[in-house]
Amino acid sequence: MNRRDFIKAAGIASLGIAAKPGWDLLAQEALRQTAPLTAKRWAMLIDLKICADKEGCRDCSVVCHRIHNVPDFGNPKDEVKWIWREPFERVFEDQENQFVPENLERSPVLVLCNHCNNPPCVRVCPTQATFKRPGDGIVMMDWHRCIGCRYCVAACPYGSRSFNWRDPRPFIKELQLDFPTRERGVVEKCTFCEERLAKGLIPACVEACKEKALIFGDIEDAESEVRRLLNQRFSIRRKPELGTQPQIYYLV
Amino acid sequence: MHDTLKIIIGLVVFLILMTFPLWYNLANGKATYRPEPEVITKSIPGKDKCILPAEQMRVRHLSLLNQWRDSAVRRGVRTYAAGDGRSFEMSLTRTCLDCHSNKDTFCDRCHNYLNVKPYCWGCHLTQQDTVQSR
Repeated sequence: MNRRDFIKAAGIASLGIAAKPGWDLLAQEALRQTAPLTAKRWAMLIDLKICADKEGCRDCSVVCHRIHNVPDFGNPKDEVKWIWREPFERVFEDQENQFVPENLERSPVLVLCNHCNNPPCVRVCPTQATFKRPGDGIVMMDWHRCIGCRYCVAACPYGSRSFNWRDPRPFIKELQLDFPTRERGVVEKCTFCEERLAKGLIPACVEACKEKALIFGDIEDAESEVRRLLNQRFSIRRKPELGTQPQIYYLV
Repeated sequence: MHDTLKIIIGLVVFLILMTFPLWYNLANGKATYRPEPEVITKSIPGKDKCILPAEQMRVRHLSLLNQWRDSAVRRGVRTYAAGDGRSFEMSLTRTCLDCHSNKDTFCDRCHNYLNVKPYCWGCHLTQQDTVQSR
């Protein structure tokens, strides 16, 4: 190797060394690319009209229950559910109108955890396994801490909570690696897909709804779609008289 | 009552036999069996080293996993900044088990030897679990 070649090689090598930190920075940036979705207060709207027209549709429940490893015990006594349909009169027990549009009254209504602003389940939990996230108001569950006392099941006025009376593992059709299962003796419910929000994805049910009957957004943000729709259309909530301030709004 | 000698000899023999494993190991200078967890790491770019040196992980992985749990679930902070500037997602399944994909010959070997039964696996899944369910 003559001197010329040596200097060339040395130049290229030093360029490479200089580029390394920049490359690392880019690699880190790629990791961070999926910025988490954040809000002051997450809320969901359910368009009753659209949902009522698609009576047999279970897209949201199927997707939710699959990705969250929700077991299917095959009997109503042991049933575990995160998002499901319930008859109109049981969802809106306080609805006193004698006449309600027939299509609404006849078709089952989609229900899930209401992520209340004033959640009774959080108040009664002795281990703080269920808690309201201070950042975005999601009523979250820490399954590590749940001791299975079921106070929250009794406290929830919406029946949003399910208890694992049996080991759920054998009753999950297709185990999803990305999400843990639960154990026997643990309560579970919808968590507004907080694990997806952290990755910058909207909740799975909202994504799965082809009819766009589910709308998810920040209710504290006056410019958000949820606020725009609440402004335009009349909405009802479940058992508002209890003062729990549910954050699931039904558009009628 | 003239069997004092026999009783004492018997007791001495019993004590020696009972404590034999201890004497044997002391004389030998090492334990007869110690678990050898297999570290089979997949080659993942930027993840060829563990988040902490092995000696530290051996002692600290329990408290570290607890910290990760509390941070991710309760505070919503899911990124762990390692001492050497790299960052990792705080996830048992996606980060730890991504490299240490052999739970049965990595985690279980020591846990079985020490007879500890961490209940992580009551809920958290391994690749093997998901394959079996299909």
